[in-house]
Amino acid sequence: MSALAVRGLEKRFGGLRVTAAVDLSVEPGERRLIIGPNGAGKTTLFNLITGELSPNGGTITLFDTDITHVPSRRRAHLGIGRTYQIITLFPRDTLLRNVTLSLLALTRLRWNPFVRLEAQTALTERARVVLSRVGLDRLADRPLAETSYGERRRVEIALALAQSPRVLLLDEPFAGLSIEERRDVRALVAGIPRDVTIVMIEHDMDTALDFAERISVLHLGAVVMEGTRAEVVAHPRAREIYLGE
Amino acid sequence: MKRLVLAAALVGLATVPWWVRGTFYVNIASQVLLYAIFALGVNVLAGYAGLVSLGHAGLFGIAAYAGAKMLAGGAGHLAANVAALAATVLAAGVFAVLALRGTGLGFVMITVALGQIVWGVAYRWISLTNGDNGISITGRPSPFGLSLASPRSFYWATLAVFLATVLSMAIFVASPFGASVRGTRDQPRRMNALGYHVWMIRFLAFLFSGFWSGVAGLLYLYYNQFVSPQAVALTASAEVLLMVIAGGTGTLVGPVVGAALVVVIKNVASAYIERWNFVLGAIFVIIMVFMPEGLVPGLGRLTRRLRVGARPPAPVAVTANGEEVPP
Repeated sequence: MSALAVRGLEKRFGGLRVTAAVDLSVEPGERRLIIGPNGAGKTTLFNLITGELSPNGGTITLFDTDITHVPSRRRAHLGIGRTYQIITLFPRDTLLRNVTLSLLALTRLRWNPFVRLEAQTALTERARVVLSRVGLDRLADRPLAETSYGERRRVEIALALAQSPRVLLLDEPFAGLSIEERRDVRALVAGIPRDVTIVMIEHDMDTALDFAERISVLHLGAVVMEGTRAEVVAHPRAREIYLGE
Repeated sequence: MKRLVLAAALVGLATVPWWVRGTFYVNIASQVLLYAIFALGVNVLAGYAGLVSLGHAGLFGIAAYAGAKMLAGGAGHLAANVAALAATVLAAGVFAVLALRGTGLGFVMITVALGQIVWGVAYRWISLTNGDNGISITGRPSPFGLSLASPRSFYWATLAVFLATVLSMAIFVASPFGASVRGTRDQPRRMNALGYHVWMIRFLAFLFSGFWSGVAGLLYLYYNQFVSPQAVALTASAEVLLMVIAGGTGTLVGPVVGAALVVVIKNVASAYIERWNFVLGAIFVIIMVFMPEGLVPGLGRLTRRLRVGARPPAPVAVTANGEEVPP
């Protein structure tokens, strides 16, 4: 049983075919890296998996359950979590409220217009625990707008982790980070338990290769090769596509 | 301190009929409150959900016209009010289903069109609405045997409804659902990815907003004992939206201040200045230039700046181990 399986996934925008019959199979607990040049279709693939885009063909299964036509919002309830390449958080709220919103999403409480959210101490405490996992518990009550870029990257991951996803999609989690911040985020990602399957898109090969158990190389919307780190690094086609050698 | 200010405001509002001179000003105070209720209703969408509607006068008018038709047809006040509010919420549901097909400018334009349809019906469907002549009603209700015929008693009744509106808004804003609504305003894409039903949240917010617009419409009907197409015109929708924006969107007090500003200028300044619209327009421009977030948040910002100075606190980065380091 695969944690995440994509079969013949295709997406067209008018005449432009962004993904062309993509096949991908990720085992439970695996750390998979997806690499490829700009425009290869990596983020589109994530958007198809999370349901933000509808495919023109192919299937997506999550632990053998076909989710191809499941609405995007339902996929979070089924165990898909994600982060965005461009930070997508709630800038007017505190870090604590950001994470609380993530936790709230999976409870029926989110529809309740009568109780005070502040009074939901169990939810708030859980949010604090999640923030401590990403090393931001000290800044819990600080507005997001007053935090650094690296801290926001960690909040992105905290929002995804708060929902205890079974499959976590990380879209360039190291993008725009300083060396120190990369080190922190790398430690954070490495500390995610094995019951969470991780698929990561990343351009920073030095950072990402340490993380990856298997690597898929995407080019012009198709997976052109897949293998272990050593296999991919040694493969002339991968070097040609990615490194221009 | 907050409670003290709140108590003083409550006492001040409750004693308005005693400390303002003459029924003219008591009536203006009633108008301020009923438009504040309308503005608070519009603020649910414009302020908390980030959806700017230019068709809410249509919902305001549907309540007023439905109430007037029922009362003119011989129905009791309770039945007329319940039926009018039910019709308004139903209409808000139809408005929402159609308007939520668009976002941003598309949403605005659909609400304009829907508001204009209501205006067209009010103006042209003469057998139903009496056209330009409008519909008159005779007398105000007497809930629990208390007559609302006098300006004072009507003011207090309007104040009671206003306080109920503010209370319901305060509960809504602080609730998990209120947080969800604000989340769809700030990051609809993220909210969807987190598992929220963004469309349904916006739909329910639209109904809530429509309900309070309907309540204001009924108060308007009882205040004037008359409703005409003027109440549902595009200018009425624009005016209430300006109240919200001028006072401060997404705040509880802002729409109330905005309503007071517009109603007072309309009624008081117009007695002294022929071109009072110019004064109102100039005030809006000044607010938008110096306090683009609106009067209430703007004054709050200026007060804070005066208290602590303009310098923001130095940011501190925290590593994964929880150590604080300079950025």
